[in-house]
Amino acid sequence: MPPPVPGHIENALSSAISVAHLTKSYAKTLAVDDISFDLPRGATLGLLGGNGAGKTTTIAMLLGLLLPTSGRIHVLGHDMIANRFPALARMNFSSPYVSLPFRLTVRQNLRVYGHLYNVPHADERIEQLVAELDMYGFVDRLAGQLSAGQKTRVALAKSLINRPELLLLDEPTASLDPDMGDMVRTWLENYRAASGCTILLASHNMAEVSRLCSDVVMLKQGRMVDRGSPAELMQRYDRADLEQVFLDIARDRLRAEDLGEGERL
Amino acid sequence: MNARRIWGLMYRHLVLYRSSWPRLLETIYWPMVSMLVWGYTSRFFAARMGSPVSVAAGALLGGVILWEVCLRSQMGFSVTFLEEIWSRNLGHLFVSPLRPGEMLAAFSGFAILRMLLGVVPTALIAWALYSFNLFKMGPVVGLFVLALLFTGFAVALMVISLIMRHGAGAEAMAWSVMFGMAPLSAIYYPVAVLPHGVRWLALCLPSTHVFEAMRENLASGVIDWRQMAWAFGIDLIWLLVGMMLFIREFRLARISGMLVSIGE
Repeated sequence: MPPPVPGHIENALSSAISVAHLTKSYAKTLAVDDISFDLPRGATLGLLGGNGAGKTTTIAMLLGLLLPTSGRIHVLGHDMIANRFPALARMNFSSPYVSLPFRLTVRQNLRVYGHLYNVPHADERIEQLVAELDMYGFVDRLAGQLSAGQKTRVALAKSLINRPELLLLDEPTASLDPDMGDMVRTWLENYRAASGCTILLASHNMAEVSRLCSDVVMLKQGRMVDRGSPAELMQRYDRADLEQVFLDIARDRLRAEDLGEGERL
Repeated sequence: MNARRIWGLMYRHLVLYRSSWPRLLETIYWPMVSMLVWGYTSRFFAARMGSPVSVAAGALLGGVILWEVCLRSQMGFSVTFLEEIWSRNLGHLFVSPLRPGEMLAAFSGFAILRMLLGVVPTALIAWALYSFNLFKMGPVVGLFVLALLFTGFAVALMVISLIMRHGAGAEAMAWSVMFGMAPLSAIYYPVAVLPHGVRWLALCLPSTHVFEAMRENLASGVIDWRQMAWAFGIDLIWLLVGMMLFIREFRLARISGMLVSIGE
């Protein structure tokens, strides 16, 4: 039994996400190793790490798709291990790596999820999303016939169908050209400002994380190795951008505060 | 249970079938082919051997139609689940507020629609070409159908539990498992024809009792309530076993990560 995290119960109720001593192990692999963090409501947290760092596993556990080996997860005040459904109705998820049915049109797909999330006046909501994400050109086309960028926008529309209080985004702008990527980021910023939505974002785009996230958790080999705002992390590692911080962590370079004068590579 | 969520998942599959004629054709084609083959076979024997064979021919056609109820409901249920795996949509479904029970209810509802799509034309062919009216047995036909639906659903629950454990590699079970049950279900012949050593096994299948009751009804017009009680009783046990397996495998899939990677 892991030791309790001080204040976990209070944080579990007040935070959008509260994770305590979260561990996931498979037969020969420790995918997530004793991570704890809280995400205040309305904040945007970036989950950063290289391939195999444990980002996807952490997100899968936050969504209830995967049961942790040990630890506790509270989302929007609900214990995700004991009863995830009240929280699932108030959150949503988008990933370009999870498809929507190819043989349904975009509109039909959104209608399905409108029903599944019990969205009132779902058709109006769909029209609103079509307008906001500029999907007029392909809303009545089969999802399987869309370009990668269009699919990403559809996945984002699906994740917003229920006006979520918490949005988990796995590389939301992957496959988008810079113009469309910027449009989506701007849209997310506006949505967060208008709705107060909390966002957890896993991304390899450091500029995106710097722009959107107020807080960043750095993962490496399943462990949480650092945490702070982008500015704090850059200062801590004495770097001009987050990408250099990422490389420092990935390549086991020491933090500036742990180094002596003139030791920075 | 939320009716709108159940309808949402059913709507997804209705739209899929509405826009895919190969899927619709496959649903109707095999039951009709089966009826045509057995219909002409039974007509040939009845013409050659006279009226005693006519009753057996009726039992044969009744068996063809009712077996399709069992087979199509099982396949409809299992294939609806497989469609979600093939489209890699399970990840979205399992992170939505859709409860596993609601998902199963939607699969059951859609499997009934698929079954009707296959069985109704088959029954009409039997009536039009071979003068066999399934409903001449009376309202008890409804009980036969219900018992066989439950059998199909119970087997489907076991099949999708296996798929959750072994991944899409186990999908062949969705098509093959009921064919393995067919010889023991005594669809076209009485249980007494089977070798002594396997009769007990045949009697453990709910479908066997339905077909025994159907033959009795066609031959004498009497409803064999004892056989029907066995059929529903065994169905209940099978459904409970199927549910327990599903719950267990669903939980294990959440531990092993199979729900995240089940399409692979």
